[in-house]
Amino acid sequence: MMDKRGNLLNVSDLHVVFYTYRGVIKALNGVELWMNKGERLGIVGETGCGKSVTSRAVMNLIEEPGKIISGSVVFEDRDILKLKEDEVRKIRGNEISMIFQEPKSSLNPVMNVGFQIAEVLGKVNNKSIKSQYKAAAEMLEFVGLDSERVMSMYPHELSGGMAQRVMIAMGLAPNPKLLIADEPTSALDVTIQAQILELLDDLVEKMGNAVMLISHDMGVVAEFCNKILVMYAGNSAEYASTEKLFKKPMHPYTTGLLKAVPQIGRTDELKAITGTVPDLVDPPSGCRFHKRCPQTMEICKKERPPFIQVEEDHYVACHLYSQKGGENK
Amino acid sequence: MNIWTYILKRLLLMILVLFGVACIVFFIAHVIPADPISAMLGGNAPDEVIKRVEAQLGYDQPLIIQFYNFITGAVVGDFGLSLRTNNPVMQDINNYFPATLELTIFAIIISTVVGIVLGVLSAVHRNKIIDHFSRIFSIVGVSMPVFWTGLLLLLLFYYRLGWLPAAGRLDFFTIPPDHITGMYLLDSLLTGNWEVFKDALRHILLPAFALGLLATASIARTTRSSMLDVLKQEYITTAKAKGLKKNVVINRHALRNSLIPTVTIIGLTFGSLLEGAVLTETVFSWPGLGRYITQGLLFLDYNSVMGGTLYIAFVYSIANLVVDILYAVLDPRMRT
Repeated sequence: MMDKRGNLLNVSDLHVVFYTYRGVIKALNGVELWMNKGERLGIVGETGCGKSVTSRAVMNLIEEPGKIISGSVVFEDRDILKLKEDEVRKIRGNEISMIFQEPKSSLNPVMNVGFQIAEVLGKVNNKSIKSQYKAAAEMLEFVGLDSERVMSMYPHELSGGMAQRVMIAMGLAPNPKLLIADEPTSALDVTIQAQILELLDDLVEKMGNAVMLISHDMGVVAEFCNKILVMYAGNSAEYASTEKLFKKPMHPYTTGLLKAVPQIGRTDELKAITGTVPDLVDPPSGCRFHKRCPQTMEICKKERPPFIQVEEDHYVACHLYSQKGGENK
Repeated sequence: MNIWTYILKRLLLMILVLFGVACIVFFIAHVIPADPISAMLGGNAPDEVIKRVEAQLGYDQPLIIQFYNFITGAVVGDFGLSLRTNNPVMQDINNYFPATLELTIFAIIISTVVGIVLGVLSAVHRNKIIDHFSRIFSIVGVSMPVFWTGLLLLLLFYYRLGWLPAAGRLDFFTIPPDHITGMYLLDSLLTGNWEVFKDALRHILLPAFALGLLATASIARTTRSSMLDVLKQEYITTAKAKGLKKNVVINRHALRNSLIPTVTIIGLTFGSLLEGAVLTETVFSWPGLGRYITQGLLFLDYNSVMGGTLYIAFVYSIANLVVDILYAVLDPRMRT
């Protein structure tokens, strides 16, 4: 196991597979990530690269047919994957909470908003749900909703933006140490997206929670996060502070991603990364990116690159920077 | 839309449906190529007697007038006299229907409880022993006709084991409880008559089980599949991410959502139970409305057949209305 690299969360060598009729999908292949208290980590990558799976594995919420086969998720000093179900339940909701991509389908359609927020408060504070309605109403006001009206509304009566505000209220109500936001704005209109991000930014600033923001949108992550993890096909490809990642991307995949993002004032051509995401039932050998990589070397086909530190706050998994790769050059 | 306008709208629709049923029942009864009068009087009856009886029963009038009389009678609950028992049909229905209703309600309670429990267990422990058991049970339940299961049950519990009685609603020497609703279980309970209650319970078990088997099976299947579907929904992940206990997630968050399709099945099943009661009542000699209609049919007693059928259609419509209201209670999306 790796050393403790963050003081809140340390995920190392996380392997998750899904058993399907088509074969075993090797969804996560040794993911590494870590976070400090109050820090905001953005996880970016293409669809299907394992961002959401990682976030669920952090809460030990991988469902059948998926399975965590190895690795550790150490939250503060407890390994979530080794705890008993009862103990994990005390962490879920209380210390780590989660908001999702589709806010409307993430709320239970037969319960009103007030109940759903009061429920988590009741669980966290070990009190009856009824006694928490007042606190739930305060939470709704906190996220900028008219609590008197919204408390008794049902999910189908809410707009997407309102529903996501409700989800945020629900997620932040227990004041968790870590809030995981899985593509919280992807399903919303662009104007609402900005509002929701601003709101989240504002509230987290006030409350000091750490946030893990999962997104496929580089722009969103750049604006919101101070650390970024780039994932590719179930691997951590590059981890760096936002500034370093944008100024000096190291992994060829990151470079490719940044070239594919349009920016105002950019004069060079937008370039797509050639090829497609590999099939994870039968992933490429060695570095999973080698078939699409413009700088492939022999070793990339054979050996998985280690995730190594190249400078302060900058880690990368690429043979270009590893010792063996260096020898080859 | 408010719930009362909704109910009112449904009631108006119900009247239309019942009128349709009345038309169908009337015309089917009158196109059957059989002559109730000669069946009643025998083939050798003199012509003037036949004419007199025809006039007495109103069978000499044009069909459209007969239909008019039938409908206007039906509106006030008057279906004429039964040719077989010579009582007003409505009076017979009042005598026989409580037995059918009791049987049906008992069967539906058994099948709802057992069906939902089996369905939920089966979905939660998918592909485990309990799931296989429940699926085999469902296939068996859906494929075996009521009269067959009824006979098998009789063979085992009455003939071989001798645990339960074979026929009727009470033992021969048991005096029925005071008439309140006509349902013996309920009446004996209301009057605190435990002996009669026990006896009535012993008698109702087999027919209710035979009748409810099909319903249990289809409720279990529906609940299982809708539960499996609900368990995949994102709000279930939300509930788990809140750190709720597994049984809270299932009972509070998943069950109510998965019961929505089940309620539809229960409503439809109520109809097929009333229908199935005809067979069950014959197998178990249960003196209910089903048996009354069957015997009426064999006797060409059209008044009792038409009256009984229309009455059952009426009860069925009411049951469906109740289901629709239950829907609105379970699912807030239905209330708008």
